[in-house]
Amino acid sequence: MKVRVFVYLKDGVLDPQGKAVEHALHSLGFEGASHVRISRVVDLHVKADNAEAAKKKGEEMARALLANEVIEDFHVEVTV
Amino acid sequence: MKTGIVVFPGTNRERDMAQAFRVVSGKTPQMLWHQQDNVDGLDLIVLPGGFSFGDYLRSGAMAAHSPIMKAVRQFAEKGGYILGVCNGFQILTESQLLPGALLRNAGQRFLSQDCHLKVEGRDSIFTSGWKHGDVFRAPMAHGDGNYTAAPDVLDRLEGEGRVAFRYCTAEGHVKDSDEHVNMNGSARSIAGVLSENRRVCGLMPHPENLTEEILGGTDGLPLFTGIMEALG
Repeated sequence: MKVRVFVYLKDGVLDPQGKAVEHALHSLGFEGASHVRISRVVDLHVKADNAEAAKKKGEEMARALLANEVIEDFHVEVTV
Repeated sequence: MKTGIVVFPGTNRERDMAQAFRVVSGKTPQMLWHQQDNVDGLDLIVLPGGFSFGDYLRSGAMAAHSPIMKAVRQFAEKGGYILGVCNGFQILTESQLLPGALLRNAGQRFLSQDCHLKVEGRDSIFTSGWKHGDVFRAPMAHGDGNYTAAPDVLDRLEGEGRVAFRYCTAEGHVKDSDEHVNMNGSARSIAGVLSENRRVCGLMPHPENLTEEILGGTDGLPLFTGIMEALG
């Protein structure tokens, strides 16, 4: 099953990359752009009997390695 | 004192670190490949700088799960002494042997230059070579050195004298919001921290690169003499 893990910085954690991209968007004329945050998406396949089990595996992987919960939050989606 | 220096794929400061220990102790540390799972008989383990596993995912994230880190964690639980410099500091936070995390530098740039550090840590072999409040120069070279932790964690670190080093001016002034002083934007200008038992220390700058006159100075030497005096 295909699992997609979204990893993003927690609210309140400074995202210098997002800030730089926001500035670049402004200089391109997108003045309304704000709160730009850069996240990471990890796509992977897992062996699991059902979507619920696949999601659980994805969450375990996020906690063990894919996200650093000191600074990042995550959520997991399963696509068949 | 028996010192082991851990080498991961992408580590590149292990020889500088070994030379610094050779200068103070006359002994050559042992190199430990990341796949070994035994660190018996050592007094001190050093995680040196570099780009372990290419900084993939997050700096230090992959190294934190190397076979040797299991042994390093057990070593820490038994009260072993561990020093992590630069990428080593990142690995220690990723392994949760030290609190907090190191984000991308606030200015987005890799910083390779000298900085000044104020010695603030108390009761630790990693700061005992200096007097409390001393200022010294150290080279830095990193892209992800922006220290962050939850406010209550920062309060605790400060309250317990576990902020080992802070970025400051050459005169010793700490200026959190001045990018020429706190160059990577670290929370409360924190450059290095200590574990709860004060036996694990991580810092971003490289004192090992200023330990002989031929390198341009010996400002970093007290880190090593302090360790040496404590561990023999």
